[in-house]
Amino acid sequence: MTGTFLGMPAFPQAAAAALRDGRLRANLRHATHTIRDKRARAVAELDDWAELRAAGKAIKDHTLRHLDRYLVQLEEAVAAAGGAVHWAADAEEANRIVADLVHATGETEVVKVKSMATQEIGLNEALAAEGITAYETDLAELIVQLGDDRPSHILVPAIHRNRAEIREIFAERMAAWGRPAPADLTDSPAELAEAARLHLREKFLRARVAVSGANFMVAETGTLVVVESEGNGRMCLTLPRTLISVVGIEKVVPTWRDLEVFLQLLPRSSTAERMNPYTSLWTGLGPSKGADGDGPSAFHLVLLDNGRTAALADQVGRQALRCIRCSACLNVCPVYERAGGHAYGSVYPGPIGAILTPQLRGITSPVDASLPYASSLCGACYEVCPVAIDIPEVLVHLRERVAEQGGHPLERAAIAAAGYLFDHPAALAAAERLAGRTRALHPRRLPGPGRAWTDTRDLPQVPAEPFRDWWRRNRS
Amino acid sequence: MRVALFATCVNDALFPATAVATVRLLERLGVDVDFPAGQTCCGQPQYNTGYRQACEPLVRRTARAFAGYEHVVTPSGSCVAMVRDNYPRIGARAAADGRGTELAEAADALAPRVHELTEFLTDVLGVEDVGAYFPHTVTYHPSCHGLRVLGLGERPLRLLRAVRGLELVELPGAEECCGFGGTFAVKNAAVSAAMAEDKLAHALGTGADVLCGADNSCLLHLGATLHRRGEALRPLHLAEILASTEQHPWRPS
Repeated sequence: MTGTFLGMPAFPQAAAAALRDGRLRANLRHATHTIRDKRARAVAELDDWAELRAAGKAIKDHTLRHLDRYLVQLEEAVAAAGGAVHWAADAEEANRIVADLVHATGETEVVKVKSMATQEIGLNEALAAEGITAYETDLAELIVQLGDDRPSHILVPAIHRNRAEIREIFAERMAAWGRPAPADLTDSPAELAEAARLHLREKFLRARVAVSGANFMVAETGTLVVVESEGNGRMCLTLPRTLISVVGIEKVVPTWRDLEVFLQLLPRSSTAERMNPYTSLWTGLGPSKGADGDGPSAFHLVLLDNGRTAALADQVGRQALRCIRCSACLNVCPVYERAGGHAYGSVYPGPIGAILTPQLRGITSPVDASLPYASSLCGACYEVCPVAIDIPEVLVHLRERVAEQGGHPLERAAIAAAGYLFDHPAALAAAERLAGRTRALHPRRLPGPGRAWTDTRDLPQVPAEPFRDWWRRNRS
Repeated sequence: MRVALFATCVNDALFPATAVATVRLLERLGVDVDFPAGQTCCGQPQYNTGYRQACEPLVRRTARAFAGYEHVVTPSGSCVAMVRDNYPRIGARAAADGRGTELAEAADALAPRVHELTEFLTDVLGVEDVGAYFPHTVTYHPSCHGLRVLGLGERPLRLLRAVRGLELVELPGAEECCGFGGTFAVKNAAVSAAMAEDKLAHALGTGADVLCGADNSCLLHLGATLHRRGEALRPLHLAEILASTEQHPWRPS
């Protein structure tokens, strides 16, 4: 396992390899079924869930429609509260800005709040190349970092690991990163959490710079919001002197009143909680502009585009920008449950990743071109999405873009042949009759590309006559 | 009442018994059935694989074939979902591309008149007991498009519960996809097969004789897997169960 997604094989090959890992399949099945059942109960508690969902969708659509206005409003409000705002068109620019800001402090290490945006841009790797060490402080991100692993889930990035594996990673790797794990560490959750707590505390107390993302940014006041469960985020957001937040431009909401909707939608959809344990909100350096010594004395907001404006230009695809990264779609997805997150070749796995990654990165690599097909279009993702992203609709839309690039030659030929037959009923009937008359000769297994069907399935028995012939003999 | 049967290409070519059963069932309930010969395929496989423009002639053809019928009845949830959800989209896209409103008008005129079989029985005809007799143990797999796009809900189960002699056993994890997904079954064959394996483990665990569904494409995938494994569990379309009576009981084809 390496810490990068570069050069991943296409989804079907990666998924087939993952399917052969029995332990991974068992870990994923247990974890996804547990959280999907809990989410269903948490959502069922609210009588107005459908209205909340519609409101969340409407607020996001409105904001995206007027993103130019709200981003400028946000920038002005953050600046008025003593923060500095930086605009980054792509990953490289964002990484450059963050590295320069850290260099300017004279520090060589940062603590991190769990953040999808910084994963997306590969910030840790970029900082490492600049001689800066980034410490992940979210428990699951810590497991991934110590294991030189990749995240496989948006909310629980180490979902593919079980307790015994985590104990092993802690025992073997913690010492290389700081305080070692206790010698007698067992795989009990309490002991594992305590080992992580002791290991991380050193980092919280020592760090002078923190890097975070944000779940939401409120334009009217310039307030950033991080919701979390462990309290590590609160430590990072309050203890260091310099705070740098890297946030996708689609995370803005206009007002606090809008925020209220998402603070109900997000925890129930993601962790199946009525409210998440920690909600941290900060507005620049606060009313004192940092003069009271409380909290960071410097705050930088890096607004990240990295493909979002391009996605916004796509009338069907833009709904993916409504995503609040709850991961409910991953937890109900039958494909994710079996293939696991790594097969998606991106920090955004599962159904949302299959529509987000090809839009953010384009569809030039084999894995990105395969992602829109990584779905049976069962619709479970759309059903649970708290902002009503019609993921199947976007998947099909992106498949069209892949097909327009050329698609597969055999597939194009099959579509053309079907197109002819289905527009010529007489030819279709003749083909059906021919199939019926030769049915004794049909094999049960196919060579070549047909093996994809017949490796695990027989070919169906063709009937003696098609329905249209029965109708002609019996009814017309 | 006179209705048009939209048999669907899969039933026409591979499962004629389902289309025949639909005809016999509707006739038994006093409905006159036509089979407009111009019908072929709704275009779902092409559309879902990314070939939207290749569907346009089929949208036009299907709309023309069923013009003039107040009710079009289809024993396939996913084909109804295609017409209801995606035909208007295909029409709107053609109009947005500056190719006129003719396709959108044809799509919008057809979509509300197409009914999935269980919708037609319970909502239009208002029947649940269709007078069927089927002395077997049955478990029901609600296919995704019927379940989530059409919202068929309890309709198929209410119809099954009213069948005399039939013992209905609940399918654990019923709402989970079987793994067919059209071209998904070959493009992602390994995941598709793993999903079928889990679905069949649930179905076999019920001890039922018959795995009933309302979409033969899913049953094609599950049945082909069962056949390979030599299992006795029999996949069967709901229409064939509802068409079965004491006078004319269902016989395996």
